[in-house]
Amino acid sequence: MDFQLTEDQRDLRAGVRELLAGRYGREALRAAVDRAEAGGAGAAATGGVDPGARGGGVVDRGLWRELGAAGFFALRLPEAAGGVGLGLPEAALVFEEAGRALLPGPLVATHLAAGTVPGAAAGEAVVTAADLGGGLIAYLAESDAVLGAAGEPAEVVAGAEPAVAVAAGDAAAEAVAVASVDPLTPLVRVPHPPVAAAGHRAEGALLTAALQTGSALRTCELAVRYAKEREQFGQPVGAFQAVKHLCAQMLVRAEVARVAVYAAAVTADPAEIAGAKLLADEAAVRNARDCLQVHGGMGFTWEADVHLHLKRAWVRAEQWATAAEAEELLAAELLDAAAMP
Amino acid sequence: MDLTYTDEEQEFRARLREWLGKVLPELPPKPSPDDWPGRRAHDLGWQRRLYDAGYAGLHWPADAGGRGATPTQHLIFLEETERAGAPYVGANFVGLLHAGPTIAAEGTAEQRARWLPPVLRGDEVWCQGFSEPDAGSDLASLRTRAVRDGDDYVVTGSKIWTSHAEVADWCELLVRTDPHAAKHRGISWLAMPMDAPGVTVRPLRTLAGSAEFAEMFLDEVRVPAANRVGEENDGWRVTMVTLSFERGTAFVGEVVACRRVLAALAREARSTGRWDDPVLRRRLGRLYGEFGALWRLTQWNVSDAQRTGGVPGTGGSVFKLRYSHARQELYDTAAEVLGAGALEADREWVADRLSSLSYTIAAGTSQIQQNIVAERILGLPKGR
Ligand SMILES: Cc1cc2nc3c(=O)[nH]c(=O)nc-3n(C[C@H](O)[C@H](O)[C@H](O)COP(=O)(O)OP(=O)(O)OC[C@H]3O[C@@H](n4cnc5c(N)ncnc54)[C@H](O)[C@@H]3O)c2cc1C
Repeated sequence: MDFQLTEDQRDLRAGVRELLAGRYGREALRAAVDRAEAGGAGAAATGGVDPGARGGGVVDRGLWRELGAAGFFALRLPEAAGGVGLGLPEAALVFEEAGRALLPGPLVATHLAAGTVPGAAAGEAVVTAADLGGGLIAYLAESDAVLGAAGEPAEVVAGAEPAVAVAAGDAAAEAVAVASVDPLTPLVRVPHPPVAAAGHRAEGALLTAALQTGSALRTCELAVRYAKEREQFGQPVGAFQAVKHLCAQMLVRAEVARVAVYAAAVTADPAEIAGAKLLADEAAVRNARDCLQVHGGMGFTWEADVHLHLKRAWVRAEQWATAAEAEELLAAELLDAAAMP
Repeated sequence: MDLTYTDEEQEFRARLREWLGKVLPELPPKPSPDDWPGRRAHDLGWQRRLYDAGYAGLHWPADAGGRGATPTQHLIFLEETERAGAPYVGANFVGLLHAGPTIAAEGTAEQRARWLPPVLRGDEVWCQGFSEPDAGSDLASLRTRAVRDGDDYVVTGSKIWTSHAEVADWCELLVRTDPHAAKHRGISWLAMPMDAPGVTVRPLRTLAGSAEFAEMFLDEVRVPAANRVGEENDGWRVTMVTLSFERGTAFVGEVVACRRVLAALAREARSTGRWDDPVLRRRLGRLYGEFGALWRLTQWNVSDAQRTGGVPGTGGSVFKLRYSHARQELYDTAAEVLGAGALEADREWVADRLSSLSYTIAAGTSQIQQNIVAERILGLPKGR
């Protein structure tokens, strides 16, 4: 047993981190927020959404294509099908980096659609999924397709659950935009949302958990950096134990979630994935809150990035598997395990 | 990232499992918690069986009498023994898990030859005399004095919270050998025989009602200078070696045990109908996820240790912080399953609930562990 990253996995992670740092650093992030604020898809639009209004939206199509070219979406497609031929553990590492960079867009759904929806693998298409409850769908107006719809004749992908892509326009016809708490996650409500195919749920939850882990690690770093710089009472606030202990707990949460996500990626066991999602959601949300606390008044401003992490973490906690669903699944699994001698 | 075990590791597991299946049914019943002589005999008897079968000191280096097994094999050993319900390391805890490894790492050839074989054979029990009434978290402020007199140190002072002191043969003792030096500089690490004249042990009653630890009074106890491990006044460095062993692998088997308890709780809740309460059921589900993750974290840390040559890393502090809390949560949930039955001291899980309260204190409190994580891993400035 060698449950550590291989050399190749380290290189992969470093490569993605570098790509994202160059292409989606802090300035790009804030520019995206500003664009969304200035009336893009994230604003509190009223009335129907215009599926054609893609130019000034949250998803940067150019970057999406670059991610596609780098293999972000085709990572797990077999090489024979034009993919990279890697597995879930590698996907988890790559998504952890995307979470760290707070990259917006339906990353998970597009990744899951690679091989099903034309153009998804290459990053030519943006694909979203009905992975949220409450009749909400994210990024609908900016998407070309919605992954997995119920009641349609199924297009069967080799060995997988039925996965159907419907044109985003069909779903969007009756959609009503709602104001989204996360400026970079535009939301619409649809009366009859397509149901995400059951076959995607576990993998969707795992990759979302990986995004959450990246965010949790990032907010821990942001808090530690601020605690070393900001001085009060004649010393860095990080010298105060109350602050130190907040930071230590952030690291513990992020590290436990990270290892849980890696293990779940290796086993692909649905219960283990549910556990990873549960811990990663908690790590992302609570770390963002603690990061905000460490930043004091600065943390409550629009200026600081921490609210963006918190709001995204809230969105992701509702995607693919909520805490209640994960806990129920784990409870059922525990009972199964307990029944065995 | 690989969670599969090698053929060699699987073979090791299979042989161990077979042996456990044979030997465990022959074991005498567990003595009651208050029967100290009985507990000592029981724990040493188990150690002797391990020794005879070649499983003693698995993770110790071969030149110290150990088996030189890899951290992964040690992990498998702890997992399998716990899963099979084998006796806990018990009174052998200090000898096997930290005094022994410290002597193996820092002792002279004579010291290793004198003290290590009896620990492995199950002949002698060790205890840890570090804490003092006025030196707990601030361990380096300890005041027990050792004054050189010929070939001996003459030791006077007192120690507290010494686990298993009542049944120990030896004590890893921290003493101040230079009262004028800076506090970390004047400390030495001694092996003190517990039957030396001047040693008085007074059992302390724990909140669980048992006498798990004791107070120790040392009145001009003569300890041969040859019993000092490491240089005079270099004891703090030796102590850090000891503590890294203490936090390294000590809790591995317990995570497996907690998973067993959780399964038993689910069965109990199911049979009493409490399982239908969604709040309780979800809490149990969450704990199942938590202990699953703690087990993976253990495997992660062990793999890390294996790559870095067996030295327990800072991952131990991360683990201990999380685990100590999770264990308390587990037994609080057990109390919820039991309802008012949790007020009956003799019910299953109730004693464990009480003893779980020590986990955020013993071997360094959670506050101190958080300081360690913040300062040594995250690099935050030291406080005043
Ligand atoms: C069951 C059990 C078994 C034990 N067995 C042994 C043994 O065999 N041998 C042995 O030597 N010792 C043993 N100990 C002692 C144990 O190591 C100490 O209890 C522990 O290190 C804490 O020291 P203390 O009890 O003096 O608490 P104190 O140090 O007095 O701490 C009191 C409180 O103050 C907090 N505190 C102290 N300093 C700081 C700080 N700098 N920052 C923030 N908070 C702080 C602590 O976290 C704690 O909450 C045992 C303890 C228990 C509970």
